[in-house]
Amino acid sequence: MSAANQLAALIANMFATGLLDDQFQQLQMLQDPSAPNFVSEVVTLFCHDGERIIGELAKLLDKPTVDFDRVDAFVHQLKGSSASVGALKVKNTCIQFREFCQQKSKDGCLKTLETVRINFYELRGKFQTMLQLERQVNGFPPNN
Amino acid sequence: MAVVATERPFHVLAVDDSLPDRKLIERLLKTSSFQVTTVDSGSKALQFLGIHDDDASTVSVHAHQLDITVNLIITDYCMPGMTGYDLLKKIKESSSLRDIPVVIMSSENIPSRINRCLEEGADEFFLKPVRLSDMSKLKPHILKSRCREHYQQEQQHQQSDSNSNSNDCSNPTNKSSCDSSRKRKAEDNGEILPQKNRPRHS
Repeated sequence: MSAANQLAALIANMFATGLLDDQFQQLQMLQDPSAPNFVSEVVTLFCHDGERIIGELAKLLDKPTVDFDRVDAFVHQLKGSSASVGALKVKNTCIQFREFCQQKSKDGCLKTLETVRINFYELRGKFQTMLQLERQVNGFPPNN
Repeated sequence: MAVVATERPFHVLAVDDSLPDRKLIERLLKTSSFQVTTVDSGSKALQFLGIHDDDASTVSVHAHQLDITVNLIITDYCMPGMTGYDLLKKIKESSSLRDIPVVIMSSENIPSRINRCLEEGADEFFLKPVRLSDMSKLKPHILKSRCREHYQQEQQHQQSDSNSNSNDCSNPTNKSSCDSSRKRKAEDNGEILPQKNRPRHS
């Protein structure tokens, strides 16, 4: 299978399994010869941002007394950026997460953080594959 | 001889603390032929616009002195420190900035929040994620505010008894739309009030 075919199949699969929604298509529409790397740039920024936020959430939830307002603020950030890139599954997990913040449930928050972590890293892995395939399609050798 | 103005793209200042969102709004605006400056906070926005955060209502460096023209400000609502609403208020309190149209973006659809922003003078509210189709809503606000500005300048010229020269409009292509909207406004008295009264939102 050519890199282009693999890339198309991967993206189709991500839509089919609910990882991505139509906002991602909006991003694809914004990429053109004047901004040929737009999608990979946004996706990369999202991945770095998401990792940073998950780290902050872990720290905040590790404290004996949890500041749920701060936790909520970070989850809100992650929810926002996932919505912007079309990361549907991560966004939905953030919505659940915020409910536990409202309820001030440390247990609920910790469990949902785990789910966010799993969903985020699943998405990130697929994004990384996507970007590698895109590089190949554009004529660059795959990164190691 | 008619003044031929160079057609410069409209300049939008975008304010958002989220890096992926800044990237997105920048691309949306550039795709729609706007010149874009992005900043990550309300205070940086005010700095860029040339006002000092703590005394916005009294000391304001006119943006033109810095040779920067901002035609529209689009800002996220939820930001740490100064929210988009706080920024909106500061802009409306500033004599040099209050005529610049402001658009608020938010990922949350909260009617009381939207109303509060509109009442404070925001021209438009976008629900995030912002889409390409939202960009077409921006230019009308810019043109409306430029027409108001030109109309006010005309009024001032007439009042000071100097020759009212319709070449005041620096952009000839906007002249006809300015003239026609001025005629409309002459018929509809409500809109002729100076900007301070903000008749749009009661």
